[in-house]
Amino acid sequence: MNFPAAEKSHQPRTEQIILFRVSGQIFAISSASVQEVRSVDNIAGMARDLPESHLKKVRHSIRRGDRTLYIVNAALHFGLQPQPASLVFFLRRTRTALLIDGIEKMTTMTRLQALSHAFQGEERNWYRGLTALDQTVVPVVHPEGFLSLEELTLLEAAQSSADTRSASVENNGAHVQ
Amino acid sequence: MTVAPETALQSFVLLRLGERRFALPASQVAELVAPSRIFRFPHKSPALEGVILRRGRMIAICDIAEQLTGSRLTARRFTLIATRKYERQLDWIAIPVSGECELINVDMVPASSNDSPHVDGWLSHGGEVIEVLRLSALTPGPAETTLPAPLHDFAPVSGFVLTNPDSKEVRS
Repeated sequence: MNFPAAEKSHQPRTEQIILFRVSGQIFAISSASVQEVRSVDNIAGMARDLPESHLKKVRHSIRRGDRTLYIVNAALHFGLQPQPASLVFFLRRTRTALLIDGIEKMTTMTRLQALSHAFQGEERNWYRGLTALDQTVVPVVHPEGFLSLEELTLLEAAQSSADTRSASVENNGAHVQ
Repeated sequence: MTVAPETALQSFVLLRLGERRFALPASQVAELVAPSRIFRFPHKSPALEGVILRRGRMIAICDIAEQLTGSRLTARRFTLIATRKYERQLDWIAIPVSGECELINVDMVPASSNDSPHVDGWLSHGGEVIEVLRLSALTPGPAETTLPAPLHDFAPVSGFVLTNPDSKEVRS
């Protein structure tokens, strides 16, 4: 006579995520990685131009406390057709402020599957993995994957150049007065 | 008295891509399923179309017809789910096929050094000579290692429980 095996009570680990939209594509990010969500209109006055940025996806920076964050256009980062962004995610423990189109909802994921090794491109840095929600597949982004160290170095150089230029303009202004 | 050399017949799955038939060792074929929705998301692996969702698992899908026949499949009747070894890990890969598959038991003639890298061997069946495919040469990703390796499971994600109902051990 066969008895069903006693089931161990496995409490699946869950993670709160935010589903967000970029050019019609849905992505997920751990809600713990998002420090703050602001509307684009709200930060428009605080953003500084980075005219010498060599990265198409980063054209502005923003000062937050003693740190400079770089505003990354998520659509350009993923190679999607950009649409007018409406929100900015300030990502915790990164130098990234992420421009997105909108938030779909907050939910919980119970499974995260690693990307298949068949995926060999930049997506290996972009995503922590994939999750299945309501019979659909959503890539879960890596908060550190929006700016590489190399890109940060380029941006710091562009920022430094922008700072020098604006200091020189201010000094000139002071002399005129 | 002459003794015929003993040959162990192997099982192969014959698959159709356009007008041509190819074979895969049956041990590498998990199942043949009806085509299902392909989930696409941004990535930089042009050989891949996206993933399909099968029993809760997300499987990369790759049309290998263009490499083998010179044109992409116009009609997809089934999706063949095969195992693909990446270095020391096994994972599924989904391959669209254009016709029904057939299981046969036959002897394989191993490929020679003159054959293309994607040819693992040759079968003779029904008056046809059929290529046995080496998936690691047709689908993207690191090639399987030939070194003796410890047992490994499907790729885990650090810091997160990986629930994988189809996990398999790889024995080198």
